[in-house]
Amino acid sequence: MNTAAHVFRPRLNAARRAEGLVFWLFRGATYLILACGAAVFLNIVFKGAGTVFKTEAPFVNVAFLTEAPESLYIFEFEGKKYELGDTAFRAFKEANPAAANVKTESYVYSAGGIWPCIVGTVLLVVGSMTIALFLGVCAAVYLTEYARDGAFIRFVRLAILNLAGVPSIVFGLFGFGMFVIFFGWNVSLLAGWFTLAFMVLPVVITASEESLKSVPKGFREGSLALGATKWQTIRSNVLPYALPGILTSSILGIARVAGETAPIMFTAAYVVRDKLPWDVDKASDFFFQGVMALPYHIYVVSSKIPQNEYTERVQYGTAFVFLGIVALIAAASILLRTRLRNRYKW
Amino acid sequence: MVTTSSAVMESPASASASGKIQAALPGRSPRTAGLPAGSAPATAAAPAGATLIDIRNLDFYYGASQALKDISLEIEDHKVTAFIGPSGCGKSTLLRCLNRMNDLIDDTRVARGTIKIHGVDIYQPDVDVIELRKRVGMVFQKSNPFPKSIYENITYGLRLQGVKDKSRLDAIVEKALRGAALWDEVKDRLDASGLGLSGGQQQRLCIARAIAVEPEVILMDEPCSALDPVATAKIEELIQELRARYTIVIVTHNMQQAARCSDRTAFFYLGKLIEYADTREIFTNPANSQTEAYVSGRFG
Repeated sequence: MNTAAHVFRPRLNAARRAEGLVFWLFRGATYLILACGAAVFLNIVFKGAGTVFKTEAPFVNVAFLTEAPESLYIFEFEGKKYELGDTAFRAFKEANPAAANVKTESYVYSAGGIWPCIVGTVLLVVGSMTIALFLGVCAAVYLTEYARDGAFIRFVRLAILNLAGVPSIVFGLFGFGMFVIFFGWNVSLLAGWFTLAFMVLPVVITASEESLKSVPKGFREGSLALGATKWQTIRSNVLPYALPGILTSSILGIARVAGETAPIMFTAAYVVRDKLPWDVDKASDFFFQGVMALPYHIYVVSSKIPQNEYTERVQYGTAFVFLGIVALIAAASILLRTRLRNRYKW
Repeated sequence: MVTTSSAVMESPASASASGKIQAALPGRSPRTAGLPAGSAPATAAAPAGATLIDIRNLDFYYGASQALKDISLEIEDHKVTAFIGPSGCGKSTLLRCLNRMNDLIDDTRVARGTIKIHGVDIYQPDVDVIELRKRVGMVFQKSNPFPKSIYENITYGLRLQGVKDKSRLDAIVEKALRGAALWDEVKDRLDASGLGLSGGQQQRLCIARAIAVEPEVILMDEPCSALDPVATAKIEELIQELRARYTIVIVTHNMQQAARCSDRTAFFYLGKLIEYADTREIFTNPANSQTEAYVSGRFG
């Protein structure tokens, strides 16, 4: 215990105290964020798992994943309590004519499943990301490879950045005015695709520009010096190497596109729709139909109908499935990115 | 044996000009004899010593700053011309003017003067830079093989020109790699990535890639600055072999390198051409005192 004896003994001073304080501030902030994230995630998983999984084989609530939403009917008949969905209740009444006038409590959307919402969300994500990637990569290639830096291009970049700060509800209203009304597409997949695509375009363009810029200048010069045109150079020596980075940005885009409710509530989403999207008379109708979507469904069952224990099951079950689907789509992009990276690494 | 369509017998003049340098590096003789004549190129190669590139009163600007001031210079066919000078003297800028690579940099311009290749001003509006760059190849300071296989690196330029015939591509790959003295080292791994090669091999791969498209001129921008002495010696040896078939312009920081492997040397300082003469002249009996100070190592 003779720490005071040598010259390198610690001396408690202001700088040292600040060091300790700052370390705990940073660490505390990090852990707080982690705790919040975990609380949200675990809450959804625990409450949603009860809806999505079952204790007996096949352990997954297949009906919840494959059926359309139905109203739930709860009633007592001949001393027994029943909880039946719309379809099952009608079948029950046919089998037991005496039950025709039984007194029921009914809860909308609390039975059946969310299959149309899953389909709608996947369609919205795939369509809007395709549009956003195509337009975004084209714009990024123009801005980084072709355009000469000047006041106008700087203005374009600023405009793109500003677009990223526009609230999603504004995109929703824009899409409603532009696509739904002005173009006359009505509430449709196509209107939703373009609205969502415009919303993620700033992210896609900015990130694509960054990944294009990170491709070494030598690849371009080497190619051009061999007599390649600009497009030949970009196609074979720039874009392939920028793709992994572009895909990384698109993963963030996917989460946003899948999750946003505001842009689709006026442009693409239906509260309820009986037909599935491929159930159309002619192929072109496919693009001009509204769909159900997971985030909008969560919004509807959480705020538009009376709350009780039965609707809560649907809310958390839907949220859980929603998280799972976003994770799946993101995983697919990560897999694709890894494969591209292995193929085009330098 | 490597052959080329634009093969030309080396003239006695250039042989004598480089005689001293040859002696300094024993065991090197330009490959000249016995090159069978191939199909004639679009423009017949002039005899060595004739002017191929004629630069007249060139002023070049990066934005507002003038990088080249009134440069006039004639680069001779089938010779190795070295550009030397301290950093920022404009030698690389001039080199990059010769195949218009400076076009890629925003806000650059040739304010005055002409660069004529085969008598054609390459900065006139109806010149297609693609055609120009096919004729005037380039090897960069930092070796930049594409992250593709060795084979794909060599065939890149040819595929762009639409050559698809596998056997023809195979033949050109072998010829180019032999021409760049790399064939024996990589012939068993043509499908391996060009990035797996050592620094010196990568640079020779870039040279092979450049000669695969059969240019007339090869521009080399400090090709050895990132290489160790052994790899540098190999590249210099290669330059001696290439000069039989191509006109070579090399920018170098290394005066010994210019002395060893060039026929003519141009000394630049602060954007001006100070002196341009036979390499031996520049290094043994420079006319200008600044040149003398530079080549004797007193500044720069």
